[in-house]
Amino acid sequence: MDLRLSPEQQDLRDAAARIVGRLGPRSVRDLDDAERTAKLDAAVEAAGWRELRAAGEAGAPLASAVEAAIVAEQLGEGLADVSFLGPTLAAELRRLAGAPPGTSRETVALGPGLSALTRAAGRGAVAVDAQGSASALVLVPAAGGHSLAKVLLRSLAAATQQVDLTRPGMTVEPQAPVAVPGAGRVLGPGDIQSWTALGLALTCADLVGTMAGAIGLACDYARSRRQYGAAIGSFQAVQHMLADAFVAMEGSRSAALYATWAVDALPPAEALAAASVAKAYCSRAARAGCEAVIQVHGGIGNTWDCLAHVYLRRALLSIDVLGGVGPSLARVLEHNGIGGCHGLC
Amino acid sequence: MDFADSPAEAGFRRRLREWLRDNNPGLPASSTSDEYWAGQAGWHQALYDAGFFGLSWPAGVGGQELPSVYDVIVDEELSSAGAPPRPSVGYLVQGILRHGSDDVKRRFLPGIVNGRDRWCQGFSEPEAGSDLASLTTRAEPAGDEYVINGHKVWTSYSDAAQWCMLLARTDPGVPRHRGLSAFAVPMRQPGIEQRPLRMINGVTREFGEVRFDGARVPAANMIGRPGEGWAVAMTVVSHEREPGELGYVARYTKVVNDLAAAVRGDPARFGSEQIRELGWAMVEAEMLRLHVRRRLSERLDGISHGPEGSVDKLLMTAAEQAVGHAALAVGGAPHAGGDDTWLNVYLYSRAQSVMGGTSQIQRNLVASRLLGLPAS
Repeated sequence: MDLRLSPEQQDLRDAAARIVGRLGPRSVRDLDDAERTAKLDAAVEAAGWRELRAAGEAGAPLASAVEAAIVAEQLGEGLADVSFLGPTLAAELRRLAGAPPGTSRETVALGPGLSALTRAAGRGAVAVDAQGSASALVLVPAAGGHSLAKVLLRSLAAATQQVDLTRPGMTVEPQAPVAVPGAGRVLGPGDIQSWTALGLALTCADLVGTMAGAIGLACDYARSRRQYGAAIGSFQAVQHMLADAFVAMEGSRSAALYATWAVDALPPAEALAAASVAKAYCSRAARAGCEAVIQVHGGIGNTWDCLAHVYLRRALLSIDVLGGVGPSLARVLEHNGIGGCHGLC
Repeated sequence: MDFADSPAEAGFRRRLREWLRDNNPGLPASSTSDEYWAGQAGWHQALYDAGFFGLSWPAGVGGQELPSVYDVIVDEELSSAGAPPRPSVGYLVQGILRHGSDDVKRRFLPGIVNGRDRWCQGFSEPEAGSDLASLTTRAEPAGDEYVINGHKVWTSYSDAAQWCMLLARTDPGVPRHRGLSAFAVPMRQPGIEQRPLRMINGVTREFGEVRFDGARVPAANMIGRPGEGWAVAMTVVSHEREPGELGYVARYTKVVNDLAAAVRGDPARFGSEQIRELGWAMVEAEMLRLHVRRRLSERLDGISHGPEGSVDKLLMTAAEQAVGHAALAVGGAPHAGGDDTWLNVYLYSRAQSVMGGTSQIQRNLVASRLLGLPAS
């Protein structure tokens, strides 16, 4: 048992932090800077991070889920407004189905509410994290499970109508899905569990990063903003809100770390259980933490131009993708032999 | 980054699992009854004699100098076997290891580690709780001894203890943090009167109050130098905040497993609110297990505990109190008499946000030491 990152993993983390630090948005206004976003997108593309889960030798992924989560956390912390989650999950689906890598960028389509991969391109399906993607993968029923198909996407709507201002998604127009060439393997329940575990683990990593970024923003503000002649960060009421957010982030980090390791190391059902524990914990922590960050910013935190809401919005998408508190708790209970919905799903 | 056991870790886990098959004392979930506390010394000694206690401590005091992650393996196996948690004496060991002279270490540590000597911790006083440095118990030199007068309270295990790690004022003439010294005081002597306190769950054998009226302690029993008492106390309480040091993960997981079994046995009896509380207890207990693994793994780099102990204490508290809420929800409250086991697990959980430094003090420490927020 040794949970330290390898030197290569530390290098990856540092590289991701450098790129996001240099090209990520530093203000709400920066989100409208298309030139900067294009540079960030090109840097992520050049780094090959969207292909970490593509098939390498003997069908194994090029990199472990731990590496993918290291990138996701840094992108979350820096509010990176480029796609990663969607294309990574699409690459994983192709790998599991034995299909060759896509020729252009693609994402995945989730059902309404985002809590599961959509079984067909039915009404209300959402292509998540769709920036730069011309198509999205869906499942269609096949003997023994599901096979892989794709749907085409229109160009993206304006990001300001979205929950997450950094990772826009779009509704999938009703259409007949087209089979993905070369996707010869039927995806069974174990494949879907394994894929879901990866998706939950990556959203947890993004949430941990989002919390870290948001808490950093609030601490900076609490040190500089003065009321009653003192920095507001000197008041216990403010200190305890931020301490609670920080502590919950640390608990989230521990649970998320295990979930990412489990994706490649444990059987699918076990990996899904680990990911569900992490997702329930991280979802609760991230929403409460980002809300506290807005509260610490006071009136300013409730204005569009303060980055606090951009963190909260990013967290809200990560929470919903493949299920937040309710569906995750239900999975944890089911894994412990207590099936049923209990008002959770 | 690997959560899996190494071959050596797996072998250790197997040996422990086999040993537990024949040696689980079947004590009740800790802290819910006096029976647990009465059996604790025997359990400690059995674990030690079989080679499953004091794993990461120096060989010279009875340890095995193994990496700290072995303690996690012990906690996990104890909980999956439904055995009681390992005794919590690590904070005393760490305090003496760090501050005691070679003579003090040699005389006292082996008995703490092997469980033959029982110890209590005499820090808090009626007028010195969170504000520990205001304590007024005095230790005055008299020849090669010190004479002790004062009143300690919330003293865990005071009824069973042969020894007390006492924090007392040896120099009233200097600023309050600097006038304190720590001692190993023999409890069985005429100048000491011990009285058990009854906790809110009815337990009487966990903690008590101790009055010192002319009690005597050899100067050679001082832990650290004169005036080093505050540093000793800070070392002890910071370790007291670490779930990895305390072994509580086993206790939480055992309760959660028992509650889950109760629900599986008769699911129709439970509503969604009760099931949800149980789900959160599962999540919190598992989070803490993983958090302890992460923390103990950090020690492979030689990163020792620091202000992060306050984070760990708050996470441990949240886990214990979530487990307590599940115990109340699923176990039920005996409004007309009956089995009060689960009620008592819940009631005991309220102490976790007080003992070893309140949650409010821990938040202050997180804010100032980890978040860099200015002093209030």
